Amino acid sequence: MGNALVRVKDLQVQFDGQRKIQALSGVNFEVGAGEVLTLLGESGSGKSVTLRTLLRLHPEKTTRIKGEIIIDGQNVLSLNDKALNQYRGHTTSMIFQEPGLAFDPVYTIGQQMTEALLTHEQLHTSTAQARALDMLERVQIPQARKRFDAYPHELSGGMRQRAMIALALICKPKLLLADEPTTALDASVQIQILLLLRELQKETGMSVIFVTHDIGAAVEVSDRIAVMYAGRIVEIGGVEDMVSNPRHPYTQGLLASTVRYENRGSPLVTITGSPPDLAHLPKGCNFAPRCTRAQANCLTEQPNWSTSDSTEFQCWYPIKTS
Amino acid sequence: MMVQENTPILNTQDRGGPAQPLLVVNDLKKYFPVRGELFAKEKKFVHAVDNVSFSVSKGKTLGIVGESGCGKSTTAKLIARLINPDSGKMVFDGDGVAEYGGIDLKEFRRNLQMVFQDSFASLNPRLTIEQTIAYGPTVHGVSKLEASIQARALLQRVGLAPELFASRYPHELSGGQRQRVNIARALAYQPRLVILDEAVAALDKSVQAQVLNLLQELKTERQLTYLFISHDLHVVRYMSDDVMVMYLGQVVEKGPVDRIFSHAAHPYTQALLSAIPSMDPNKRTLKPPLEGDPPNPINPPAGCRFQNRCPKVKDNCRSISPKLAAVGEELDHIVACHLNLDPHTYG
Repeated sequence: MGNALVRVKDLQVQFDGQRKIQALSGVNFEVGAGEVLTLLGESGSGKSVTLRTLLRLHPEKTTRIKGEIIIDGQNVLSLNDKALNQYRGHTTSMIFQEPGLAFDPVYTIGQQMTEALLTHEQLHTSTAQARALDMLERVQIPQARKRFDAYPHELSGGMRQRAMIALALICKPKLLLADEPTTALDASVQIQILLLLRELQKETGMSVIFVTHDIGAAVEVSDRIAVMYAGRIVEIGGVEDMVSNPRHPYTQGLLASTVRYENRGSPLVTITGSPPDLAHLPKGCNFAPRCTRAQANCLTEQPNWSTSDSTEFQCWYPIKTS
Repeated sequence: MMVQENTPILNTQDRGGPAQPLLVVNDLKKYFPVRGELFAKEKKFVHAVDNVSFSVSKGKTLGIVGESGCGKSTTAKLIARLINPDSGKMVFDGDGVAEYGGIDLKEFRRNLQMVFQDSFASLNPRLTIEQTIAYGPTVHGVSKLEASIQARALLQRVGLAPELFASRYPHELSGGQRQRVNIARALAYQPRLVILDEAVAALDKSVQAQVLNLLQELKTERQLTYLFISHDLHVVRYMSDDVMVMYLGQVVEKGPVDRIFSHAAHPYTQALLSAIPSMDPNKRTLKPPLEGDPPNPINPPAGCRFQNRCPKVKDNCRSISPKLAAVGEELDHIVACHLNLDPHTYG
């Protein structure tokens, strides 16, 4: 991809502590300008770790990061403090799963938004306030004037998530990182937020990396999907190909174990076992111990990237395309 | 009370026959007072559960769906008497619960067990898995040795090898394994009704499917009746025989699963169903079916509680609250909506 906004090369993250956790072992991906990429995976697969590494939110003392992250021409891993502050919020910003915890409870929504603007741009306070108010209206918060002076706890869950999105977008970032933004919300509110994100993305032309474990939500918003398992991307491809023609057994298992009405009355197809311990990763393919297609070499050799006409995947014995 | 593996246990406790509902709930009500200003003229109440009545047929699964704050978990806790209702009656297989001449509370609780969403918080961190499962039956008079033999058999049944897991503590298990322990603990009482309150919501998709399969197997094997509470409509549709939809503390619709998912009569149910993300990238949702968040359950408005978000709202929805009534000829499909009774006027 020539005009990639985000380039992540062989990203490895290890957390030191009593046990050494290999959270990411060699993640590669690119995100084009104006593209929405979804990282799909179960807990512990490294999707949130990837996002946090892109924003360098991990404590430096206990985290060892290898590899390269280039976002908008900047080498993120070598930014100094001052440049990092500019980078966060201005080039890249993030929305979180629990907006109630991400806001500071002792300042109003308006104060927090204005503060973010004034940090990044040389503005008059009243101009900043006007822009913040305008942003609240753009995320479709009713009675924006009133909410501007409200404290986070005075808003409902869906409203707080809208305010969080407004705060993240106020400095017009080129990349938005969305870490399970709809998981904590009700179904009727979840779809509102997904549609809002899709609309704002089209309007501003920003790129989005969206993290979720919900395949339905991923299909609603993304251009491409990357499936993660135990700290690696195992398969990446366009939304339609991933849903209709998955090549990696894990992707297929994930799709099959999604509860559907059609299998009512018969047992669900399951992936047996549970994900590996990240402190003791298996030698070969991480998925091999749970895989029904695994052969002897899967347990010893890490598979290479293969490309098919639909998706790219890491597997020795992929599923044939239908 | 030895548990035999893989053979269906004939339920000797069954008394009313299959036609009698296992549990009948009548006019259950719980208002929580809101701490307000000291000299406030009016005292405020959260109408958590407001005149909820329903019955659960024997051997069936009743799914309860609704958004957060609609009172589904409070209903479950009221049934298990983890909180005391303000008013309301329950009949368990023909016996009034905690009534004179009926079934007393301790015996009722043995017959009814609950599995919660948070698998970690619902296990005692200082007891091993085996102790946790064996604890309940000893309280109900089973000898310690017998209880522990039964606990190990149950662990085996839910897919956790006792020689590996019996002496472990909850923090040494994964989420899926902990939820299996919670299920085993619930079964240790030989219950007839199991309330599953978002029991699979916190699990990963691949593990969730494993636990759902286990629940289905146990249901047939032990002739259990489930009250399945969830906000995930896919899971509810897969698991349930009947579905009950709640909104702001009231039942708005109830019926067989196929009727609800194909002929939903209440505008809220219809909206809830169309809010499910589609799995097809060519059929993406274009317009949110409902605007806004669920309203605050403190002193809800007169009339229909859904009026502020309802796309088909009419004048008398704002003054008269609709009663549950059968939809046309379908007597087991009931809905609380003015549209149902007078389709011509409302169109």
